[in-house]
Amino acid sequence: MTDLLEFAAAIAAGTIRVVDLTQTLTPEFPVLALPPEFGQCAPFRMETVSRYDARGPAWYWNNISLNEHTGTHFDAPIHWISGRDLPANAVDTIPVQNFVAPAVVIDCAAQSAADADFLLTITDIQDWEATHGRIPARSWCLLRTDWSRRDAVDYANLRDDGAHTPGPAPEAVRFLVEQRDVLGFGTETIGTDAGQAHLFNPPFPAHFYMHGRGRYGLQCLTNLDQLPAVGAVIFAAPLKIRGGSGSPLRVIALVPGT
Amino acid sequence: MSVPVSPPPRRNPVARTGMPALLSAQRSRATHGLTAAAAQGLFCLQVCSDCGTRQYPPREACSHCLSAKLPFRDVDRAGVVVVDTTIRIAGEIYFRERTPWRIGTVQLDCGPIVIAHLHGDVSQGSRIRMELLTDKAGAPAMFAMPAVNTPAMQDDRQYREFTCDPKFRRVLVTDGRTEIGQALVRALSDAGARKVFVGIANPWKPFAGKQSLARAENVECVQLDVTDTASVVECAAQIGARVDILVNTTEHIRLGGLMDQTGIGIAREALELRSLGLMRLAQSFGPIMRARGADGVDSACAFVNLLAAHALMNWPSYGASSAAEAAALSMSQCLRSELRHGGIRVVNMFVGPLETEWYQNAPPPKVSPATLARAVVQALCSGQEDCFVGEVARDLRARLAANPKALERELGAA
Amino acid sequence: MSFAAKASKRLAYDNVVACAPISIAYERYSIESAHWWIGRALHALITKAGLAPLDLDGLSVSSFTLGLDTAVGLTQHLGVSPRWLDHVPMGGASGIIALRRAARAVQCGDAELVACVAGDTNQVDTFRKTLQGFSRFAQDAVYPYGAGGPNASFALITQHYMDRYQATRADFGRICVAQRDNAMQFGQALLRKPLTLQAYLDARAVADPIHLFDCVMPCAGAEAFLVCREQTACALGLPSVRLLATIERHNAFADDPVQYRGGWAKDADELWAMSGVTPGDIDLLETYDDYPVISMMQFEDLGFCQKGEAPAFVRAHDLTVAGDFPHNTSGGQLSVGQAGAAGGYLGLVEAMRQLTGQAIGAQVHNAKTAVVSGFGMINYDRGLASAAAVLAAV
Repeated sequence: MTDLLEFAAAIAAGTIRVVDLTQTLTPEFPVLALPPEFGQCAPFRMETVSRYDARGPAWYWNNISLNEHTGTHFDAPIHWISGRDLPANAVDTIPVQNFVAPAVVIDCAAQSAADADFLLTITDIQDWEATHGRIPARSWCLLRTDWSRRDAVDYANLRDDGAHTPGPAPEAVRFLVEQRDVLGFGTETIGTDAGQAHLFNPPFPAHFYMHGRGRYGLQCLTNLDQLPAVGAVIFAAPLKIRGGSGSPLRVIALVPGT
Repeated sequence: MSVPVSPPPRRNPVARTGMPALLSAQRSRATHGLTAAAAQGLFCLQVCSDCGTRQYPPREACSHCLSAKLPFRDVDRAGVVVVDTTIRIAGEIYFRERTPWRIGTVQLDCGPIVIAHLHGDVSQGSRIRMELLTDKAGAPAMFAMPAVNTPAMQDDRQYREFTCDPKFRRVLVTDGRTEIGQALVRALSDAGARKVFVGIANPWKPFAGKQSLARAENVECVQLDVTDTASVVECAAQIGARVDILVNTTEHIRLGGLMDQTGIGIAREALELRSLGLMRLAQSFGPIMRARGADGVDSACAFVNLLAAHALMNWPSYGASSAAEAAALSMSQCLRSELRHGGIRVVNMFVGPLETEWYQNAPPPKVSPATLARAVVQALCSGQEDCFVGEVARDLRARLAANPKALERELGAA
Repeated sequence: MSFAAKASKRLAYDNVVACAPISIAYERYSIESAHWWIGRALHALITKAGLAPLDLDGLSVSSFTLGLDTAVGLTQHLGVSPRWLDHVPMGGASGIIALRRAARAVQCGDAELVACVAGDTNQVDTFRKTLQGFSRFAQDAVYPYGAGGPNASFALITQHYMDRYQATRADFGRICVAQRDNAMQFGQALLRKPLTLQAYLDARAVADPIHLFDCVMPCAGAEAFLVCREQTACALGLPSVRLLATIERHNAFADDPVQYRGGWAKDADELWAMSGVTPGDIDLLETYDDYPVISMMQFEDLGFCQKGEAPAFVRAHDLTVAGDFPHNTSGGQLSVGQAGAAGGYLGLVEAMRQLTGQAIGAQVHNAKTAVVSGFGMINYDRGLASAAAVLAAV
């Protein structure tokens, strides 16, 4: 399909569905919890500048503040130490064509419901490929866990020994990057890594390997259940922040209509 | 004997809430020497440096030798009621609404004659202990208490006008996630608070003590994050009309000065939480409290701030935190002026290092959360507005009063 | 008691006299200013004396409610040009103190015709505002204690006096009832409804033990008189009274925990010695009566009875105009009303009228000698200013 007008008409007609994969930005939405002696991820905050009042009689607008990694957000390679020296590693320098790409969805909702510490393995990926075919190169690989349906407490799922949320095993990340050449890895949870990934070797493998090879991350996604295993294209364009390590963004998927 | 105060009856939801009547706070500058003492629960009068004569009312020259050297000094509180009267017709709205009102002439053992408000358990001939309190307008007031404690003396109708007794009142503790917040919840419950609302920010984050808070009687956890304007507005909309005492227990103490920190992130968090947080609470809860300053036994009465004593002078080891505390202190002074119109007292608790994780490296002596909580209740029950808790805070007060510049150097050298 | 033994060292007032007593009828509330009331009194005074404003070369003013103005400002307001001017902010002692100062000025030739005037207005909220800002000590240490004003201060003083000297409310009631009897014949009194002792006792409490009829009614009004030489008064055709003696005292007995005596007790001997008469020679007494207890103190401290015996004294005497001890013959402030500083003139102008046979109400038979006393300024817990004068018909 190279005729863009035809493409637009298909969207208008609903033969291509547009699915919003974005969580609403609210002050209450959990953010990454780190020990308090570290710098902290700022939650979303909004202060009204004026609301048809003495501060601005006919208009309403807000000042907002948040971290680059608050809410549904994009991780650039520069986010992690392994990607710090790569070219085009920040949100303002990443080639824009990378913001539009196909996506595959690996459904691990059942496993995650059974085990909050579920880890995606190479075997899981190969099983998926047995059904859906090999993951195309330069695709987003999205992990469906249905985590986005949980309430805030179960979503963060913090216990005395840290967060318990699903994510990829280290070797699975290496496999996706090295064997399948994915564009990036996306999750419904607060991070691309599992809640206990600080114990892994290397710690936080999704960050370490993906960003170390110039790949990207998407977190806090939702509505992955509305995507097909293969065939969706997603638009994920972060704000153009100079030297930015990531950015909250609106993630939209295009899905062939049924 | 004092009649124990009764629990407030259930309100008629359509009855008008009376406006708090104002008292004039205009006093001579000399009389504010009494204000200074009253604020801290001290009993001071002018004592002539030349002849030792104790003076009252405060004046500019000794009534015995005309000396101008009349510093305020701690003096003996004891005295006797020479004569008393019950005022049944008063000239000011505030007192008209509170008649009959008892006052008396008290001869203090240390000399002066004092016209004082009388506790219900004292009358002509009674030995008394004089207290310096502040009235609803923040002006100093002499109040004659029984020399020996009597049953339920705290519940005396006139005395309760000068205190912020938590008994039968509803309290909001703004941060229940901390040891301090939880100690406050226990202490206020023990002091007879009818209800303690406990603010919990980020409920998705677990915290120690959550279970016992949830189990405690008359304690209700509410979602409140003072760094989030919408959260504070929402919380006030839900419970604001039921908050008689607000205790702001948020804390943000971090090691580090200005240059030895990288970036301003931590300092910004401190300012957001401690000073702008106070402002958000003031904006959302203040107006309702101010309007309920004369709303019966459980009228709104106090807005309590827990402040690091180093709000008064920067401690460079905790330099950025000290600055955030100083900003909060400054805001509290503004708030005090604003809430005065409703007779709501702003109580500032100055405390040195606490037995909490963020003061791990601070040398002793330190104050336990339970001690701080008891001090808050004590300040409320005795009508103080500036309270220094623990040795470090009191030492800081003394050194600040003696020589602020010396204190700056001393803290800077540590 | 014998007072004649002691000789006064002070100069007599020679032929200085007071004349032309003026009372402008009081009003409970007035929309006029103090300036208006003072103007009415001065106008009545010059009319009575046949003078023009510029003939007055001396002026003494007492008022609480002149606002921004002083006596100096008042000269321009009223179009007078005195060469001697006084401002006497002494409340209930103002009349006598104005008189004794003016008398010396006339005696020494500093002025020839001194108009003494006191006046205050009483607008709806005047009284409360006056109390609130009455004095620094009142502002700092009394008014915030129940806002009872002088009622509360005198409640403490009265209770203390009752306990100390076994006085009863009925004793105070005798003073109030007798004054009401006198007021019933004094057309300018605001309160002329008959008052019985029982009604006095049954009145509502204001501040224990002070009840309604122990209190004066704040009002607007003005009083004035003229001080000059006797020959001047004669030339103007004005009956006059001579000053036999005067005293004044401030902040006496500061160590008394509660006031039970006034400055008169310090100076009464001097008063009688200078006057050359004794209490027994007195035909009428005008005390400052903002509360009856203070009249009792004046009976005692001026020597009409021993200290503590005033309760027995009032039981033993008829205090009405026709009685054996005529007291506050116009009804006093308790019945006429308290027109601010004019209250400090009320007894003085009444005594002048009685001694010159010009009584507005009942005339004391053959009144030749009178004592007038004043008391003022509840600064903190007690009245600080006391004054008294012995006057005689010319």
